Amino acid sequence: MAAIKGFGAYMPSRIVTNAELAARLDCEPGWILDVSGIEERRYASPEETVTTMGVAAARAAMNTEEIGMILVSSGSGERRFPGPGASIAHALGLDGVPAIDLPVASAGGLFGMALAASLAPIHGNILVIASEKMSTVAMREPLERGVAPLFGDGAGACLIGPGIDPGAGPVIIIDSVLHSDGAFAEDLRLDFDAPLSMNGRSVILQASRKIPAAIGELLERNAKSASAVKVFLMHQANQNLMDRVAKALAVDPSRFYSNIRRYGNTSSASMLIAAAEWWHDPGPNTGDLICFAAFGAGFHWGALLAQCL
Amino acid sequence: MDNRERILAIVRKVSDQTAVPGPDESLFDAGFLDSFALPDMVSELEREFGIKIPDSDLNPRKFESIARIQSYIESRM
Repeated sequence: MAAIKGFGAYMPSRIVTNAELAARLDCEPGWILDVSGIEERRYASPEETVTTMGVAAARAAMNTEEIGMILVSSGSGERRFPGPGASIAHALGLDGVPAIDLPVASAGGLFGMALAASLAPIHGNILVIASEKMSTVAMREPLERGVAPLFGDGAGACLIGPGIDPGAGPVIIIDSVLHSDGAFAEDLRLDFDAPLSMNGRSVILQASRKIPAAIGELLERNAKSASAVKVFLMHQANQNLMDRVAKALAVDPSRFYSNIRRYGNTSSASMLIAAAEWWHDPGPNTGDLICFAAFGAGFHWGALLAQCL
Repeated sequence: MDNRERILAIVRKVSDQTAVPGPDESLFDAGFLDSFALPDMVSELEREFGIKIPDSDLNPRKFESIARIQSYIESRM
């Protein structure tokens, strides 16, 4: 058993509005909002890297806990290898602690949490970090109107520890489901030195079915209903998609925490950023069921169920 | 009602349009479908024809036109 001990996030200060991007993309600002639910996003400065943002998010998620492992998700790192895991660990003063990179893109934060829940009883406290500088890939020429305005930069983090002692944390991870299917790998990909390529129709079609199915699978095997879930903390890809998942599960869309209007899609970081915001306000109460879910390139997708004791 | 008419009724329902697309006309290019109407249409097709479309068959090109949808649906019946 493992428990969530905290969440943290870091967002760059520079706000990029739809009006600013629309001028470059030859479209109306309102069109971006209509198709995505995004009004603005954050872009990192040249000095803000996947590593620096990940370090800031990690520090916000932890206090003075001893860390036994670091899992870092990013699809927008500055180089092919090494990934940002070891650099983040070094910057946190954790040299010698195993730091594993998870280049899973949008579902990376979820996969990291699920892996940490399994590994925490063996390795102790595990820092899960997802950090993305998506502006560097989404705004790569030639700009595509259906892709460029969707993405933003930021980082989220989660501290997961063994849940066997009373002080481990109030939110226990109950179960998770993870799935991967490479049949549609070409439909959402980032090739070397190329713009991000996305077949939006295929992505939305698959995500609209796979996310509710994963959540349903998870809830059913734990004898829980969607209506019993207090909050859904989902990858912030598109507001229309989140509303569609809510409809498929027959729950009110207001139970899907959303910050996509302010931050856009920050890929693997988005679910942890949303979780960090929710964690601090309003935060979990005794008995609350919390359902995490994500879907992204691969395709990789899944869901994770937690409960506040 | 034959299969083509049943498919047309679904396309009109999910697109909220009364116009009739040509059999080979792209439903996306003609404005009948977008990324979010497509999943609705697939669900309606499953319900109307009593079939389960596997995720592996969910290639938007299969649902590009009335003729393609009809061909696919009849291959599953």
